[in-house]
Amino acid sequence: MNRPMPTADPKPRAPLWLLGLSLVAAMGLSGLVAANELVDPLNSPGWRWMQDRYFADQTVRFDSRVQVILPMSAEDALQVPVLVNVQELQPTEILVFADLNPITTILRYFPVAAEPRIGFRFKVQQGTPVRAAARTADGTWHVGGAWLEADGGGCTAPSFGTGGGRWQDRFAEVAGRTWERGPAQRRLRYRVIHPMDTGLADGIPAFFIERTEFRSAEEGMLLASMETFEPVSEDPIFTLDLHTEQAIRISGQDTQGNRFAVEVP
Amino acid sequence: MQPRQWQRMLLLSALVCLTAVTYAKELDYQLQAHKVAEHVYVFLGAQQHFSRDNGGNIVNTGFICTSEGAVVIDSGPSKLYGQQMRAQVLATCPAGITQLIITHAHPDHFLGTAAFSEADRGLPIVALASTRSAIASMGDTLTENLFRMVGDWMRGTYPVVPQTHAGNQSLHVGGREIELIALDGHTDGDLAVLDTQSGVLFAGDLVFFERTPTTPNANIARWLSSLSALESLAITHVVPGHGPVVHDPRAQRQTADYLRWLRSTLRQSAQQGADMTELLQHPAPRQLGPLAVFREEFARSLSHLYPAQEERSLPVLPSQAQ
Repeated sequence: MNRPMPTADPKPRAPLWLLGLSLVAAMGLSGLVAANELVDPLNSPGWRWMQDRYFADQTVRFDSRVQVILPMSAEDALQVPVLVNVQELQPTEILVFADLNPITTILRYFPVAAEPRIGFRFKVQQGTPVRAAARTADGTWHVGGAWLEADGGGCTAPSFGTGGGRWQDRFAEVAGRTWERGPAQRRLRYRVIHPMDTGLADGIPAFFIERTEFRSAEEGMLLASMETFEPVSEDPIFTLDLHTEQAIRISGQDTQGNRFAVEVP
Repeated sequence: MQPRQWQRMLLLSALVCLTAVTYAKELDYQLQAHKVAEHVYVFLGAQQHFSRDNGGNIVNTGFICTSEGAVVIDSGPSKLYGQQMRAQVLATCPAGITQLIITHAHPDHFLGTAAFSEADRGLPIVALASTRSAIASMGDTLTENLFRMVGDWMRGTYPVVPQTHAGNQSLHVGGREIELIALDGHTDGDLAVLDTQSGVLFAGDLVFFERTPTTPNANIARWLSSLSALESLAITHVVPGHGPVVHDPRAQRQTADYLRWLRSTLRQSAQQGADMTELLQHPAPRQLGPLAVFREEFARSLSHLYPAQEERSLPVLPSQAQ
């Protein structure tokens, strides 16, 4: 309102009771609209857009059984750790996304003979909800999540990147190990040297690992597969729990067709 | 006017009023110089994280008053802190300020320097070479970060690079001998300051007490050897970088015990295949007594230190790609 208020301002045309009535009516209307929409427990400005993007014409519900475990705030915005755990459901797919990231899709995990649980690290641009959606056999998406604060830390040194040609020399090098976790279950942790460029930095095109498969080394049975996207951190590290007693064969491919494959004893 | 315009008008004026009230509030750190020993004083910060309530005053600073003037140790988190601290120093030590020593390049310890350098153009500001270069390269980023966390308290704050080089040396000021001890481990350069007459050690952030140590630039092995180097000194009082003043080596021991606990916890967890997030709820080391802000600092330390332990736990595998 740039204009100064006129000195002889007319009285409001509508009497106060009418104003009150219209307020009540407006509230009632918005209540009706809300009944047809999901109320986002994280109250994010991006949720409606996310709903359209990922779950249009599909059944979706918020579900506390979808656990997204991450720190309250991002100490290093280039390496935010997250663990998604959906053990109480038996999903065929887990989608991880961040409403307010410039690139929202982070990862899709397809457990076949594996626990519906995955840990990894990703990049954030600003504070955002981080969500996981687990799709069960009936086609329903179950969504859980948590807010992540990301406004830097007082004593936080910014990352200087890997520099020094590390990834040129050791590109696609895989380090990994397994641990016995109960009968016929092994934990796999592995790290791949890869820049995972988002394409958002000036003059550096997007370049990231797209697809990875996990198979039992002897029988070649598919245990799980995964699609990864730009926000997954540089030199990505993953934690998976796979149902096998054998060594695990990991094979992957990036956006330029480079392949990597290792066997983890 | 339409009703909607009235509503908007009301909302707008309410906002204006609120803003005015916020700005009218005087920002005052309420600094008080506590006497540690004859002529030696400390300003004690809150055992908290940076917030808009504490204005970043979570740190201990101090000064030694000599006949030639005060030797000030660290300048606090903001220019405003520096100004208010400087006034308190001069109230206690009217001879003036002879030099300012910056223990290390963390923002809560050096961002008040502008208040001192603007008021006294020729004032020697002393720091280790690594501290000076870290402030030169990281100062702006650290200032911005703190701005985001504490807000208005930071108005007018900018980093000042100390121009006077310090190493292991004795300063002779107004008949007092002040030992500068060049160490590292909390950061790449940590200067400890010992007033030999009183035996008061300003330990900077090499020593924390009853407050969880921070590790964004830490090298734990170096830090532990710096702590053992302190053991040989004749110390009567320790002013930790964060936490209350102590009269015995408890604070050094607690810091060392915490660092060893942290290192072995992270090493073991990585060797057992734990994901970083699975450690977020790890219990605090109760045997070390109360440690303020443990949950927050431990989560930060995971980000700083766990990747190196993971790297050690995962052997490189031969490639089988065709």
